[in-house]
Amino acid sequence: MKSAHLDALLEAQKTKQPIVLVTHIKSGAQAVVTDNATAGALKLTPALRSMIDKARAQDRSMTVEAEGERYFLQVQIPPRRLIVVGAVHIAQSLVPMAAIAGYAVIVVDPRGAFATDARFPGVTLSTDWPDDALNALDPDRRTAVVTLTHDPKLDDPALSVALRSDAFYIGALGSKRTHARRLDRLREAGFTDKDFARIHGPIGLNIGAVSPAEISLSILGQITQVLHTPAAEKAA
Amino acid sequence: MSTETATPTISDDAVLRQAAAWRDEGRKVAIATVVNTWGSSPRPVGSQLVVNEKSQIVGSVSGGCIEGAVVEEAFKVMKTGEPSLLEFGVSDELAWEVGLACGGTVEVFVERLEP
Repeated sequence: MKSAHLDALLEAQKTKQPIVLVTHIKSGAQAVVTDNATAGALKLTPALRSMIDKARAQDRSMTVEAEGERYFLQVQIPPRRLIVVGAVHIAQSLVPMAAIAGYAVIVVDPRGAFATDARFPGVTLSTDWPDDALNALDPDRRTAVVTLTHDPKLDDPALSVALRSDAFYIGALGSKRTHARRLDRLREAGFTDKDFARIHGPIGLNIGAVSPAEISLSILGQITQVLHTPAAEKAA
Repeated sequence: MSTETATPTISDDAVLRQAAAWRDEGRKVAIATVVNTWGSSPRPVGSQLVVNEKSQIVGSVSGGCIEGAVVEEAFKVMKTGEPSLLEFGVSDELAWEVGLACGGTVEVFVERLEP
């Protein structure tokens, strides 16, 4: 591996940008591919490029064959994130479940009594106000946002930021009645039905969940479903 | 914000950082990467191990059963600069000796880090 390629991989880690290292297995010739640039001695054919795109979309490193030659695609991509607003009881089961599923989890709750290391050992906690916290975290298309506080003054600012972001999943805990009132408030704040279609509320798959752990399972199940449903099907 | 969440990541961040640190100290470095697996295997595709000429090792490409052979090959690759593809399978004597119980096959690509 060329020194410059290693530096590119490390820089991408630091800046949390996706990058693919392509290796021609027989010769060891390599190229690094980022969103805007390709560098390296290895020439990338259109067939190989489309395989790189596919590996990127699947977030998966793999060996592929193109024009009879074998290539290894090392896909380096920061983990998907789950931002949980509300360091509540449900969060205590949702957070470890999401971590097992591969998410980098951040818990946001300005109420110091809730967001404690004792309740969430080893978890990234933010005690900033939810809109400040979410603005700082800058949700992207690989981020899910879940609000669990039931408290409009905490949930609403979080949802406002989430709706203006590319977050792939937005979910809000609360009954149908609570959710209807929430949408009324957001409408007054200038959001429209198109925005509301992005909010999963009441949150979670309908699996009859009762306990906090079961509700967490239904939420994580729904996040997974949205993640792996192609955009075309979602629109249908 | 306090500590980072311990979640699995696809990239072996710390492993490559170590490779760069050794390079910067002027060490010879080889990088081994799992590029293919069949059946069950202890480490997924993309797992990496780096080793320097002083036999310091960071990372892993298996549960420990093939590391010795990989490191031996890495020393050769460090010298020649020629990359190498290794295959370890269920029928592999070495793997059996140290108990590769998973019954899988792995392919490991070994390359030199150019200074």
